[in-house]
Amino acid sequence: MSDLEAFRSETRDWLETNCPPLMRTPSTGEADICWGGKTFVFQSDDQKLWLERMGARGWTVPTWPKEYGGGGLSKEEAKILASEMRRIKARSPLVSFGIWMLGPALLKFGTHEQKLEHLPKIARGEIRWCQGYSEPNAGSDLAALATKAEDKGDHYIINGQKVWTSYADKADWIFCLVRTDFEASKHTGISFILFDMDQKGVTTKPILLISGNSPFCETFFDDAIALKSNLVGEENKGWTIAKYLLTHERTGISDMGLPTPLNALAVDKLGTKNGEIADKMLRHQIAEHEIDAAAFMFTLERAKDEAKAGGDMGAFSSMLKGYGTELNKDRHELILKVNGSDAFEWEGQFSNNGEIARNWLRTKANSIEGGTTEVQLNIIAKRILNLPA
Amino acid sequence: MALILNEEQQLLKESADGFFAEKAPVSQLRTLRDDKVEDCFSRDLWKEMAEMGFAGILVGEDHGGADFGLVGAGLVAEAMGRNLSASPFHASSVMAAALIEAAGNDQQKSSLLPAIAAGELIATLAIDETGTHDPEGSAMKAVASDTGYKLSGMKTFVQEGGAAGHYIVLARTSGERGDRDGLSLFWVDRRAKGLIVDRSVMTDSRNWAKLTFEGVHVDAGALLGDEGKAMDALDPALDKARVVLAAELLGIAQECLDRTVKYLQERKQFGVLIGSFQGLQHRAAQLFSEIEVTRSAILKALQMGDAGGDFRWFASLAKAKACKTAELATNEAIQMHGGIGMTDEFDIGFFIKRARTIQTLYGDYNYHADRFAHCSGY
Repeated sequence: MSDLEAFRSETRDWLETNCPPLMRTPSTGEADICWGGKTFVFQSDDQKLWLERMGARGWTVPTWPKEYGGGGLSKEEAKILASEMRRIKARSPLVSFGIWMLGPALLKFGTHEQKLEHLPKIARGEIRWCQGYSEPNAGSDLAALATKAEDKGDHYIINGQKVWTSYADKADWIFCLVRTDFEASKHTGISFILFDMDQKGVTTKPILLISGNSPFCETFFDDAIALKSNLVGEENKGWTIAKYLLTHERTGISDMGLPTPLNALAVDKLGTKNGEIADKMLRHQIAEHEIDAAAFMFTLERAKDEAKAGGDMGAFSSMLKGYGTELNKDRHELILKVNGSDAFEWEGQFSNNGEIARNWLRTKANSIEGGTTEVQLNIIAKRILNLPA
Repeated sequence: MALILNEEQQLLKESADGFFAEKAPVSQLRTLRDDKVEDCFSRDLWKEMAEMGFAGILVGEDHGGADFGLVGAGLVAEAMGRNLSASPFHASSVMAAALIEAAGNDQQKSSLLPAIAAGELIATLAIDETGTHDPEGSAMKAVASDTGYKLSGMKTFVQEGGAAGHYIVLARTSGERGDRDGLSLFWVDRRAKGLIVDRSVMTDSRNWAKLTFEGVHVDAGALLGDEGKAMDALDPALDKARVVLAAELLGIAQECLDRTVKYLQERKQFGVLIGSFQGLQHRAAQLFSEIEVTRSAILKALQMGDAGGDFRWFASLAKAKACKTAELATNEAIQMHGGIGMTDEFDIGFFIKRARTIQTLYGDYNYHADRFAHCSGY
């Protein structure tokens, strides 16, 4: 038996023994996902147990080094772990911005001490992070940000405001872009810093969205304190880290897992006639969408394989982000069509409090957050196609 | 298998790209058209392609081929798409070779495949009878006699039909129009008595034909595969040909994008380069994205074709997506070139003409979107 086969067999046994029954059923929605953090309320004992067991093994972040709380797995082993988890329909034990965004940036740019301090807590789901990027006057033009950090020796004093901070009201810590030099050109005076949200100088205010939900906040800093030991990379060199992290964010947003094919939903809801979805026009639209979705899925596969072979993703992630989010919006428009008027119940048991409509409205932000589709197209035009400014 | 080219395929790609750019650029197609060359391709080029191993790209080494597989055929087709290189490659080396491989008996394979690989024999499939691709809808009759079969009916949209020496003809030995069963394949010499070949001048300046069979007699040995069971061999062979066509469309789309981007970088209006306009930048970037997504679907389908097994879903996905993207790319190329894109003197028009013609060959977007849905169970 090869090493990888042995790993697969051990992994299968371990998962069979350790994945609690409830964690092998699909989550019932957003509220049922484990985000971790100091104030997180577990929805079940199984959810808590699953996080603890996976976290202890480092398998919440399988490829991170062991000394920083990861599983130390090779890419091949991580692929096997993922496929074995899929096999028993195991839920992801932990979803977080720490895993998805901050972790990769810290692994690349952080000091050994910073990694030791922060990464294990991300891996075990103990600290929940939020991302302090956008500001009222720095959206698509992110580098225009004006939140100010003043040097006070061993710490900075931070003043300013962030907006669209996802789950800031539930986060324990923030990774934040601040301006440390107001004289320099806008890309060169930015620093990347980490600090505790649980302090007097930080307040958050959820923003009510068209979906009726409030996943985003306004975040205010009024003499907030950040220790200098938590400055990642050099002072005024934060833009490089910000861009690196955005690349990860974009790849992540474009790769939000493989949803149930629309045709399965439509067959369920509308039935078939001679083996075809009964509504001919809708069948055509679904086929069109699924062709694009399948081609996009293979593009993600190709991008991963190219990266593995040493290729540079660079601006290609902008393409993935732009295309993936537009596809997801299209998908939700079709989900509405499949469900007809049933899609529009806003409150009540029948619709799980308007889940379809609220999810549909949520997707409208996909092509805005993490850089709008138009910003992605700008990046492709300039960096890949070399079109003039 | 990783969804990228391996080293050997990368080398083949570089060699094909260089070969067609040098030996058969768009200007060659223009000359062939303007000189009204009967074959609509250069026999010298075809000979060189055979020497390079391109004519035998799908043929196994035991039959004198290069055995580069479907991925290899796709790479050659993509390079030909970029240059609009005219040759019987797709008709003979891909479609006919794949079909003989799938349907032929040992004797047929060993007599036909080496000749195809050497470029000495040009064969092509005669399948469509109306303007719409519909293999099962074939009505052409093959009536069995003591000495073989008698073929009567007509075929249209036969690629390289004017230059081919042999046709593989789909005809009905039993059943009704629309039945999957009852269709058979026949190997027919173009000199056969009662066969009328009408060379058709098509939009893409390439060589096509309509065939009329007036009681053409073929002997029993002309039957390719089992009588009445043509579709079992035809389906997978057609799928290989469709994915390679998708690769040619990808080459066309990529070339249109590259030429358009170059134009946007050079053309000035209102005192600035028009490539600085965001309205055009976004359209070019969107086209880039569609091409990259299409490239992935095609590479996946090529690999699945080489892996063996049922790859209908992948083939229809690739052809459908390639049709849509090539349509977008060629339309956008003309629009972004403006007035000059409408002139015959400028090359971009050749790309849209070839693209639409082969988008239609062996099933267009709608045909394959419908088949994709059926393969997905709806």
